[in-house]
Amino acid sequence: MEFQHSHASHCESGVMSSMLRHLGLPISEAMAFGLSSALSFAYLPIIKINGLPLVAYRMPPKFIIKGLQKPLGLKMRFETFRSPEAGEQRLNELLDAGQLVGMQTSVFWLPYMPEDLRFHFNAHNVLAYGRDAASGDYLLSDPVVETTVTCAPADLRRARFAKGVLAPKGLLYYPEGKPSEPDWAKVLPKAIKKTTRILLDSPIPIIGVRGIRRLANAIERLDAQGKPAAAKMFIGQVVRMQEEIGTGGGGFRFIYAAFLQEAAERLARPALNELSETLVDIGDEWREFALSTARMIRDREPLNPSKLADKLRAIADREQVFFRDLRRAA
Amino acid sequence: MLDREVPQEGNSTLGGQRKAMYARGADGKLHIVQSAGWEVEEIVTRQAVEDLNRLAEDARQRVIAGQTSALEYHMHKARMDVPLLSQVTGLWQWRIRRHFRPDIFQGLSAGLLQRYGDAMGLSVEQLKKAD
Repeated sequence: MEFQHSHASHCESGVMSSMLRHLGLPISEAMAFGLSSALSFAYLPIIKINGLPLVAYRMPPKFIIKGLQKPLGLKMRFETFRSPEAGEQRLNELLDAGQLVGMQTSVFWLPYMPEDLRFHFNAHNVLAYGRDAASGDYLLSDPVVETTVTCAPADLRRARFAKGVLAPKGLLYYPEGKPSEPDWAKVLPKAIKKTTRILLDSPIPIIGVRGIRRLANAIERLDAQGKPAAAKMFIGQVVRMQEEIGTGGGGFRFIYAAFLQEAAERLARPALNELSETLVDIGDEWREFALSTARMIRDREPLNPSKLADKLRAIADREQVFFRDLRRAA
Repeated sequence: MLDREVPQEGNSTLGGQRKAMYARGADGKLHIVQSAGWEVEEIVTRQAVEDLNRLAEDARQRVIAGQTSALEYHMHKARMDVPLLSQVTGLWQWRIRRHFRPDIFQGLSAGLLQRYGDAMGLSVEQLKKAD
């Protein structure tokens, strides 16, 4: 079967959606995202990226790939390598055998990425589906790019063996066996409940709704520090994680809303449709937060971290109510 | 967000590419819409890029003034910081900082220069010059 590329908003759910469709189980990107309970919120002040704390709107890398195994009865195989040569050789072997191969890469070394977006982010997923016979370039399907792309072996090797936080170590993954159509009535409520647990019941105060409030407090404190340039970098970083890094908008809230609509249909539960609409509204509030932040960065309105903190608290309150309702509906 | 509200105002940081967004269509269903970019994203991306460029330019000026070595300039140019460069090269951070001293950078062995070059995708010749 010829490989079919599709444009997605997030790399990991996009890769898995393409891979599953190729294996004969058509599953949308939103379904791959929701079924693996990938939605989250985390404010991680200990992990610094260029000196700024990490803010994530989803679960950590590989969570989607791993999370789809159980509901779909699929076994994924993961391989990492000590040497780039071994990693490259293994990739060639798998491609020669006609396998689709998922890879973890660093965005910085992928030449087809827009220059301005090439930061040292090491957990970008792409799919290799073949090699160009003449040039030896790899044929890649990068879900966040509209069309398929090619990448020279030397560049791909660098991208796969980049070092630093979340170093990929040449990670390859591919399916063993075929996925099967799940029992939706069983797997969907389970996946939804898991998401509500992640957002509501985290034992650590930096994950879930409590993490949003913790972030609001951190932003509030920027006021007292009296360093406007540093404050702008901090709030700018939050918005980058929310909008720039392929989230489908509103920090993955819209993609999860799309998943809830699909779930409503599969389970014939209209209540989930209503919840989906509420989540779209919450996503719009995240976008308003982003808009205010950007205006403050560009001095179109006065820098006012307290105002942003209040907005985040309002979002946290709404999400708390929302995920409680979602728990009841599941 | 409705699909006609998906921003199409363009975003120079996307380099002409479009990104996939989820938005609600007329039938109430969410689906993927290609977005040419939102000014908000452009502002925050530019902010990050400009901050990195500022660090590189600042280092370049100090190279000219003889206050630092070309290594520091190339590190910022490659969008790295000392902790990351340390992880990539396997050298201690204090050692890298020491190599920011022009006199010490001058005397680095070919092997060390090669290691820095490999880490940042540069030849040894490129690494020695700050331009």
